[in-house]
Amino acid sequence: MNDITFDEISQRAEAITTPVRSPWAVVLRRLARHRSAQMGSVLILFFVLVAVLAPIVYPYNAIVDSNPVNRLKPPSAAHLFGTDSLGRDILVRIAHGARISLGVGVLSVLLAAVVGVLLGLIAGQAGGWLDNLLMRGMDILMAVPDLLLAIVIVAIRGPGLGNALLAISVVTVPGYARLARSMAISLRENDFIMAARSLGVSTSEILRTHILPNSLSPIIVQFTLGVASAILEMAALGFLGLGQQPPWPEWGAMLSDSAKFLGAGAWWALTFPGLAIMLSVLGFNLLGDGLRDVLDPRLKR
Amino acid sequence: MAGYILRRLLSAVPVLLGVSILVFAFIHFIPGDPAIAMLGERATPESVARVRTSLGLDKPIWEQYGIYMGKVLRGDLGTSILRRDNISQELLKRFPATVELALAALVLAILLGIPAGVFSAVKRNSWFDNGTMLLSLVGVSMPIFWLGLMMQSLFSVALGWFPTGARLTATLKFQSTTNFVGLDSLLQGNWVVFLDWLRHLTMPAIALSTIPLAIIARMTRSAMLDVLGQDYVRTAWAKGLRWSTVVLKHALRNALLPVVTVAGLQIGRLLAGAILTETIFSWPGIGRWVYESILARDYPIVQGVTLFIAALVVIVNLVVDISYAFLDPRIRLQ
Amino acid sequence: MTQTDNLLQVKDLKTYFFTEDGIVHAVDGVDFSVKRGEILGLVGESGCGKSVTSHSIMRLIGQPGKIIGGEIWFDGKDLVQLSERELRQIRGNRISMIFQQPTSCLNPVFQVKDQVLEVLQIHQQMDRQHGTARVHELLKMVGISDPERRAKAYPHELSGGMAQRVMIAMGLACTPELLIADEPTTALDVTIQAQILELMRNLYRNTNTAIILITHDLGVVADMCQRVAVMYAGKIVEQTDVRRLFREPKHPYTQGLIGAVPVLGVVKDRLEVIPGSVPNLIDLPRGCRFAPRCRARLERGLTICAEEEPALRPIGLDHAVRCWLYE
Repeated sequence: MNDITFDEISQRAEAITTPVRSPWAVVLRRLARHRSAQMGSVLILFFVLVAVLAPIVYPYNAIVDSNPVNRLKPPSAAHLFGTDSLGRDILVRIAHGARISLGVGVLSVLLAAVVGVLLGLIAGQAGGWLDNLLMRGMDILMAVPDLLLAIVIVAIRGPGLGNALLAISVVTVPGYARLARSMAISLRENDFIMAARSLGVSTSEILRTHILPNSLSPIIVQFTLGVASAILEMAALGFLGLGQQPPWPEWGAMLSDSAKFLGAGAWWALTFPGLAIMLSVLGFNLLGDGLRDVLDPRLKR
Repeated sequence: MAGYILRRLLSAVPVLLGVSILVFAFIHFIPGDPAIAMLGERATPESVARVRTSLGLDKPIWEQYGIYMGKVLRGDLGTSILRRDNISQELLKRFPATVELALAALVLAILLGIPAGVFSAVKRNSWFDNGTMLLSLVGVSMPIFWLGLMMQSLFSVALGWFPTGARLTATLKFQSTTNFVGLDSLLQGNWVVFLDWLRHLTMPAIALSTIPLAIIARMTRSAMLDVLGQDYVRTAWAKGLRWSTVVLKHALRNALLPVVTVAGLQIGRLLAGAILTETIFSWPGIGRWVYESILARDYPIVQGVTLFIAALVVIVNLVVDISYAFLDPRIRLQ
Repeated sequence: MTQTDNLLQVKDLKTYFFTEDGIVHAVDGVDFSVKRGEILGLVGESGCGKSVTSHSIMRLIGQPGKIIGGEIWFDGKDLVQLSERELRQIRGNRISMIFQQPTSCLNPVFQVKDQVLEVLQIHQQMDRQHGTARVHELLKMVGISDPERRAKAYPHELSGGMAQRVMIAMGLACTPELLIADEPTTALDVTIQAQILELMRNLYRNTNTAIILITHDLGVVADMCQRVAVMYAGKIVEQTDVRRLFREPKHPYTQGLIGAVPVLGVVKDRLEVIPGSVPNLIDLPRGCRFAPRCRARLERGLTICAEEEPALRPIGLDHAVRCWLYE
């Protein structure tokens, strides 16, 4: 044991430090252990299942399915959540409403994220007057409170699901644009970007291979939380009669119908659609919270 | 400091200008003839022509904007279509009701949210902390119109504790000089009216405060946690200070800086939330007015109120930024 | 009475951090003592637990850390067992502390004078007027010129060196018996570093305050301290007076540390380097913690090092080592 090299000892020393894991494996492992992420995932999964299974388990035609004899019946074995003012089964309508709420929620935010991130990256990369123009534009959109802006947009274009979706997208864009811009700028100044640039990598390649992957985690977080507020806004528009039009089941519109019978003591017609909104939104908020904890090491101590 | 304020003031000008263009343009985004859209298909040609001239739709677009801005700068938001009201005057008459509601909600949110956040941070991971955080997440996940309706069905319909809506009981005759009913009745010593007003205010204020309350509580907690981990808080402990001094003087003073900003940002949310809350509780403010105007397609009112709210949001953000500078010596001296 | 000339005696101190990745044994059975009026150096690489040790003395360990065992005797009282109220009488009054990042240690929203004044108000019940006069005196004492004006400054207006002077003034405000200086000059420029050390030396001469100087810089140790304790992976591995440490370091780790310092005028073929790095304090090696990096052990072919942990044993007058080579 006489000829011991430096390297040999170094290797032994290395062996006692922590093994290196891939960052995404670490994230997933932490996420799986994070309590609110667990609860959020369960809730979301539940509503996704409901949305997917509803038409299979209970095919339903909203137009012909009313039954005036059965109107405003309290929960019973036949109608677990009771019936609404037209005698329609509330549970079934909620299940079918999940398709609209989740669909619109995800779709509108997806649209907004793509547009917003593109605008933000362009602004952050270009700088100068283009940056100024784009960001002042976002400031202007942000000066009008989200819900008011969405209402105004729907008011101009006319009520309906498509316009509501568009309106929600528009009010969601500025957040992503700002986020993507600040990431682009902070990363532009970053050492490893400088290194890539000095090696002659082109701008679009830097954007694609360095900036986007690095800004991914805050965007994922904002996406999850964004779906939550999109569902809420959709419900608000529906409640005000500006979203999905009757007779199609949309949670907010269902509530606005039930509100007319507030005095009749039909608590079930009010409680269950509201709970559906709250729990699905809560699911996305919980997951978003968990993701933020797990993905943002700065907040972790 | 003066330079900072000036810079902030100047940066608000293009945003305000942009908002005015956006709001002005909004009538032109309406598909088809805006006059017909407002009056309906069966409108007489005379009334269509009247609306067109009153909106100035017959002039070139840049001239229309010039006229519009000229009026806006003089405080004239135009005339409503259905009742031909002066929109500015109507706005000022209704705005106090919204201020009452929004202010009550904000005060509630701050008074409950900050202590809850501080306590959560200090007792991190305790049952109180976990409970408060879950509750606040439920709070931001709740559609406030649903909360309002649930409160109505429980406390008004079932229990009869609070009225379902309106600002005062209809049989009460009260002449408000400033349109701030609460303030006026208090100043006049009219307790009957004041208490009646308070009873009407309670439920909408609680409903409207839910989201800001939850946000302020969460923000306070995370700011406190951040600050409690700072070196200067360790120094404060090392000095031998009692925990109340460390937390309430050294930590909270720093943690409140971001909370002020967040609380300021809630103003816009409150005004937008007022559309739903006022509609449900028949509170006669600008939120319900703008919603009714949308249903009635009275677009000049929608235009005027939107411009007003956006300008208010920009100004409030400005005030928050400037007050932030007064609170944080690091900005103050730059 | 156990009253020797020991001002502070730490016995088998254990401070662990309970993280989601496992228990970090940051301080794992530390023993050392500080005599009245001396400067003790606490030396080691970053991450060896020296700061946690010093924070434990003041019980400044926050979540998820916890002092889970041991005793810290100060003036006949065990600081570990003291109530929060009793502890407050000691913190900032009889034991005070200065830290590594002076600028971030001062509260950004209060003027310097109010932060120093606070100590005088709580420990000496001074009123504002007398207190302010005393603050000016203290600031002058730590070499701040124009103290009346500087007292009104906010922390961000001070340079790092100036902020550390303020911290020292705050620390010495109540003429403590012990000052714990946790890497007080690490974050400062070299010239400022020298000034602050000079200031500490002068203040030390004029008061009877003992100092625990925590540093990774052996030059500072040689310059300032009378006695030294060397820490490695949460344990003291060698403790002796400063001359002996440099003349005849016993522990292979100490030898490595000293060998790694370039000496002016001495030409070496290459600087000695200790291979590897401080072990992960969650999964500690069995036996001696230094064994995996220890050249001497391999040269001698000692197998016990990897099996069993050596104890900190006296091997001469005021010289203790934790190593199987000297058993």
